Amino acid sequence: MDIRAIREQFPVLDQEVNGHPLVYLDSSATSQKPISVIEAVDDYYRHHNSNVHRGVHTLGTRATDLYEGARDKVRRFINAESTAEIIFNRGTTTALNTVASSYAYANLSEGDEIVLTYMEHHSNIIPWQQAAKATGATLKYIPLQEDGTITIQDAKETITNNTKIVAIAHVSNVLGTINPVKEVAKIAHEHGAVIVVDGAQGAPHLKVDVQDLDCDFYAFSGHKMCAPTGIGVLYGKKHLLDSMEPIEFGGEMIDFVGLYDSTWKELPWKFEGGTPIIAGAVGLGAAIDFLNDVGLDAIHEHEEQLAKHALESLRTIDGISIYGPETRAGLVTFNLNDVHPHDTATVLDAEGIAVRAGHHCAQPLMKWLDVTATARASFYLYNTEEEIDRLVDGLRKAKEYFGYVF
Amino acid sequence: MSFNNLDQLYRQVIMDHYRTPRNRGKLEDSNLTVDMNNPTCGDTVRVQLKIEDGYVKDAKFEGEGCSISLASASMMTQAIKGKKVTEALEMSKLFSNMMLGEDIDSEELDLGDIIALQGVSKFPARIKCATLAWKAMEKGVLDE
Repeated sequence: MDIRAIREQFPVLDQEVNGHPLVYLDSSATSQKPISVIEAVDDYYRHHNSNVHRGVHTLGTRATDLYEGARDKVRRFINAESTAEIIFNRGTTTALNTVASSYAYANLSEGDEIVLTYMEHHSNIIPWQQAAKATGATLKYIPLQEDGTITIQDAKETITNNTKIVAIAHVSNVLGTINPVKEVAKIAHEHGAVIVVDGAQGAPHLKVDVQDLDCDFYAFSGHKMCAPTGIGVLYGKKHLLDSMEPIEFGGEMIDFVGLYDSTWKELPWKFEGGTPIIAGAVGLGAAIDFLNDVGLDAIHEHEEQLAKHALESLRTIDGISIYGPETRAGLVTFNLNDVHPHDTATVLDAEGIAVRAGHHCAQPLMKWLDVTATARASFYLYNTEEEIDRLVDGLRKAKEYFGYVF
Repeated sequence: MSFNNLDQLYRQVIMDHYRTPRNRGKLEDSNLTVDMNNPTCGDTVRVQLKIEDGYVKDAKFEGEGCSISLASASMMTQAIKGKKVTEALEMSKLFSNMMLGEDIDSEELDLGDIIALQGVSKFPARIKCATLAWKAMEKGVLDE
């Protein structure tokens, strides 16, 4: 991978922040966008903008072709069988809420179980809490090992014949743990449950093959994979989506509308009420082209290397706590002893280094880690080992600064 | 930005309040308890007050947070103790204005150490850290 050439594709990276060259280590929150994506959205609005699936005019046809073309790019990107299984929406949160509000409400009743893990993002906890409250189902959690991984044994013990839904992150946004989704899917299916995968931190970084994983639903967000904000995807197996009711009703999603009753369009459109996120989908299509050109396997390998380098060099700092397993995706969550992560992040920002500080939308996991907040550096294809070295220098300065002040 | 700018944020007086907070702990004879958190970062604060005859007789806080939020809570309790409730609310307003970057010049109210937090206004991402304890106090008094 030619990192220099890749970095040139991301104009936002070429700037100084607080007098230092920007080091952007917050891609797990949102990724930066390459020129090709920015230009695809620009080109769409300059030359093709129109509403889709209606009207006979030329721009309408072009916009529809671009929108549906993006859907087919997504289908190929995750190797879904059919475009009927690719639903565009606002992002992972919306996608998970769709499954909870439609599938879970219709299929759960008292005595049924929803199985999660301790490392889930709030987006993969709260929709299930709400569904459980509404249906009388109960929530169960697969416990974590000391290093922030789950074991197949624990999954087997937690998932029972009462389990109807297993909802699990592909990759933890805090620990970087890559979960054994395929194995968990197998266990879920043996008990007649469906598996819902939160792929927000998976799809941008790992080659995803939904048929190989045999997951029933897979949710992800465009903005974490070089696409604009406001576009995301819910993949679902066709027979499941077919059995589900839409959760938003109105224009675009109807077949026939009568005074007292209506029918829905076929998949995937019955889940896309209202004018869809056309420009966002076009941007997502361009992002997929970009990522495919670089290669997901190369991206993953690069990130693994960065994570390894980060772990090794961060460990040279006295009094640092690092959370999560040895083998992980491209992110490292840590705390400097006696320095609150907000203060750490502010000192790093003064050095031009952007990291996330806080609970990372994972309060139950923070509780498990026994911390109120942590700092997180997360990497993507455009990051370099030199940037991680700048992070380490910045952290040494933070220690020195706070030591000096005290 | 250099470490000089950071010094504006982390002046020694702030670090002093962070390291040795005043009025931290449980207030046994309080008649007002308010819990507040900053949902975006997880900082939490509990402010307990003893209010009698329109005066803040005593004030304490507990909580978890960064240097700015804890130092601010410490300074807040120190500042309002012994003041009239109306004065405490007036100080809270002055503090909010200070966070918006306004120069604070109060003849009537002794803001004491609080002025040290003026530099926070230059760090927009940290203003909510500084105002957390004040907002808790305000909410408690106004809901009363």
